[in-house]
Amino acid sequence: MTWFHAHAVARRAETAKVVVMVVAVMLGVKFFHTQVITGGQYALQSEQNRVRRVPVPAPRGLIVDRHGEVLAENVPGYSVALLASSEDSLRSLLVRMDPLLSLSPDQEDVILRSWRRSPQDPVVVLRDAPFSTVSAMEERRVAIPGLVIQSEPKRLYPGGAFAAHVLGYVSQITEQELSDGAVTDARFGALVGRDGLERVYDARLRGRDGQRFVEVDALGRTVRDHGVAPALAPQPGDTLYTTIDAGLQRYVSEVFPAGMRGAVVVLDPRSGDILALYSAPSYDPNVFIGAVDLREWQRLSADPDHPLFNRAIQAAYPPGSPWKLLVAAIAMRRGLVNLDTRMEVPCRGGFQFGDRFWRCWRTEGHGHLNLKDAIAQSCNVYFYQLALQLGLTSFLEDAALLGVGERTGIDLPSERASFFPRSTQYYDERFGPRGWTRGVSMNLAIGQGENAQTPINVAHFYAMLSSPTGQAVAPHLVRGAGRGGAAERRLQLTGEQLVGLRQALLAVVEGGTAARSRIRELHIGGKTGTAQNAQGDDHGWFVAFAPVEAPEIVVAAVVEFGLHGSIIAPMVTSIIARHLLGPSRPGESDGRLVVPLDSVPTSVPIVPVAPRVDNGPGTR
Amino acid sequence: MDRGLDRPLAALVAVLLSIGLATLYSAGQTDVLGPAALAWQRQLIFVGLGFVLAIIMSRVSLPILEWATPYIYFLAVGLLVLTLIVGTGAGTAAGTKSWLAIGGIRLGQPSELAKLATILMLARHLAGRRNAPRNLVELLPACAIVAVPFVLVGLQPDLGSAIVFLGILLAMLFWVGTNGWLLLLLASPGISLMMAFSTLSWGLWIVGLTILILWIRPYVMEGLTVWLVNVGMGVMALELWNRLAPYQQNRLLSFLNPEIDPRATGWHIIQSKVAIGSGGIFGKGYLDGSQKRLAFIPEQSTDFIYTVLGEEWGFLGVVVTLVLFTLLCTTLIGIARRAQDAFACMLVFGFAGMLLTHILENVGMTVGLMPITGIPLPFFSYGGSFMLACLLGLGVVFRVAREGRRLGYGE
Repeated sequence: MTWFHAHAVARRAETAKVVVMVVAVMLGVKFFHTQVITGGQYALQSEQNRVRRVPVPAPRGLIVDRHGEVLAENVPGYSVALLASSEDSLRSLLVRMDPLLSLSPDQEDVILRSWRRSPQDPVVVLRDAPFSTVSAMEERRVAIPGLVIQSEPKRLYPGGAFAAHVLGYVSQITEQELSDGAVTDARFGALVGRDGLERVYDARLRGRDGQRFVEVDALGRTVRDHGVAPALAPQPGDTLYTTIDAGLQRYVSEVFPAGMRGAVVVLDPRSGDILALYSAPSYDPNVFIGAVDLREWQRLSADPDHPLFNRAIQAAYPPGSPWKLLVAAIAMRRGLVNLDTRMEVPCRGGFQFGDRFWRCWRTEGHGHLNLKDAIAQSCNVYFYQLALQLGLTSFLEDAALLGVGERTGIDLPSERASFFPRSTQYYDERFGPRGWTRGVSMNLAIGQGENAQTPINVAHFYAMLSSPTGQAVAPHLVRGAGRGGAAERRLQLTGEQLVGLRQALLAVVEGGTAARSRIRELHIGGKTGTAQNAQGDDHGWFVAFAPVEAPEIVVAAVVEFGLHGSIIAPMVTSIIARHLLGPSRPGESDGRLVVPLDSVPTSVPIVPVAPRVDNGPGTR
Repeated sequence: MDRGLDRPLAALVAVLLSIGLATLYSAGQTDVLGPAALAWQRQLIFVGLGFVLAIIMSRVSLPILEWATPYIYFLAVGLLVLTLIVGTGAGTAAGTKSWLAIGGIRLGQPSELAKLATILMLARHLAGRRNAPRNLVELLPACAIVAVPFVLVGLQPDLGSAIVFLGILLAMLFWVGTNGWLLLLLASPGISLMMAFSTLSWGLWIVGLTILILWIRPYVMEGLTVWLVNVGMGVMALELWNRLAPYQQNRLLSFLNPEIDPRATGWHIIQSKVAIGSGGIFGKGYLDGSQKRLAFIPEQSTDFIYTVLGEEWGFLGVVVTLVLFTLLCTTLIGIARRAQDAFACMLVFGFAGMLLTHILENVGMTVGLMPITGIPLPFFSYGGSFMLACLLGLGVVFRVAREGRRLGYGE
């Protein structure tokens, strides 16, 4: 029988058919397993495979002033991002986009690093892209696979520089912060508040990013932009209602002497609300938006005037004469004096203590003054004697209770603590146990010596003075936002004593050292001061409140190299007028006046006021 | 006698070709610009061309074909040699030499012609035998006929096509009635090679083989040779492994464990399984396969076209096509059985064996049942040479079917 015999062939044909069917069944079983049994799992994988998440940036919360005027808002902006499946394809995309982007090698590095951090997410290559660039890219969409144009609200400070130190600014999150995990909900390209309110209330302002889904192909190229999966809408950040009065803040920025450095703090002593806070020179926070212009940043941080430095809370100056009120208040509380008490030695242009003649600023002398007149005329001789009576230990002890060596706790970042010796131990350490005399308390009595106060701290003290009960809550920019620190400070004086002190200060403006800055209809109390500056011209202070009967506003102003407070008094009174009488009534001051000097004639050591240079925008 | 056109076969081929073309059209409908968008049009041209060739082949009398067989075989071998010398690569297999091109125009893949030529040559050789080969020595000529193109294709290197030659050889040796144990002995070096990945499995295999040889009791020299070759294979396995091209190693490795490197070697199989699995029972609908649309399926117009079908038509579509393929093979087997002479009988069964190998390997690899090799699925995969080869072969089959002998009983 040959192999070709019909029976043999038929038998093998049956076997062959069985083999074919076995193969088919085997394949069928495997497909059944894949598609029916584990199908659901693969369906899930297939979804994840082709869908990529693209964050939808949440619009940052608005910052508004006490009347609802917008201080910081958002305007539409676009950022250009790429979805790339591999580093190589990202590189080649960047090369292809180079004519439109012109990235520096450094920027390219940053982009590659951020891609490596989360290859699944779109990597932002151009933030705050101009509209022309965005449309140019849209046209080339086919040539740029993986292109994702994200709408990214852009921060805008409509007022520009006028409230920069209050608002601060925002900038892109750094790689350091991303790896720290210090910022919650961070994603590459997120904006983080860097200074001012933007920084303190960052978490509230930032909101929560939403997300949408785009469909990508196997190479990570975007195929479909919309309708892939339900998008999650972003939650805009909360609106921040501040206590700032934008009109007043703007007014302050306008009346502050141009080209000068210094700070103005305006607050409502009844509530602790800050109405205006200005530091000069200021800067335009809008320059930090989007890609930080490195040159602009360097210009700002290298500026010898340190515009980024908030002098209202970060600079401390010897307070000068306004400090005399604190000495008077302590002495009155201790019951050493009342407003009519006269000192033993009348002022004859100076006071002999030890082997040194301590001068009064007025060489002719003030004569025999009571406390009220001594305050009004800022007589040094009176306060030298008052300090000696008080004794250094009690002086330092009581002053410490008033927070003179502390922060106010204002809701702004990097507030500097004011400086005032806590006890005599300070002098023992500094000069040796026998290296100093009671003379130091005489210096301290007139706001010189080892004493450096921030404008905000001085304003806080005057807020206590302006209060009917002698207490004041911590100054703040957002209601109910005491950031710890001294929540409330208290002058333990009776109402009458407080009224008396305020009346003495009224006399200053009515007839004292700031006489020419008086405004009809308004009873303004205030105190000029001159902070001795060993490095150059003296700094001028003026601290005022009004109306004297029931103060609604306290202004503390310091102008560096402003020589003395009399010069800036008109500015301060016009600010008060603007606030109490409304914007329609321009300040009726007579402009720059020359009033008698209010200064100790000899130079005494002061705590240096050189500002701490802040770091770049990238570091916190 | 003239039985006329084999209508069931014609209907099967027409249905499979239609489904194949429709799937190929779908494979081109992606959301990303792909080069395969218009492949179905070119495929249609190949089908038309193949149809003409099939008609011509069905007119050629089998004795003429048998006479021409050695010339065709040597032509095919010659082309394979030429391909090795001047061949070019294409697509994902760009590093290989499997295409013959003149002046930059790719003419075709000679390996497809070589498959047909090998079937012809084997048919001619085996049909000339009265009895089935009874020992390994008698198997040598058949092995030699297959070994030449096998080695030449393997050198391209095209592992998948080379395996098809082995499938053809096994099928035709079976059809000629070769003893199953003998076939096992013949296949033993290959099995030895596969078992060599672990010393334990190889050791067990050698023990089993030794018992087998003692049981069958072939000639001493034969038995010794088979045994030594097996031992040699086990020893050489490592060396051979190192000689494989890296992509071949990767494919074998990812067959064993696709998750080794999901982005690179295992990528194909994972994506294919995700697409097929996500198709579920009823599929995502024609043209609507999301994995396909987004080009996640690798080589979706050629090697992995069955994945597209699996995703869009689900398990239902898979069952239907598998049934159709099964029917095609059994129909071919039926025709082979009825063939009037031994040459035609061998020819048709060899062709069926070739198709079955392609189907098993191609469909199997899409679900990870088989290692990934770049061999096309009959009537589905885009590719001119293979489409022409299939239709050419079918032309011959139709001729055989027309001349089929009347079976003595039943029919």
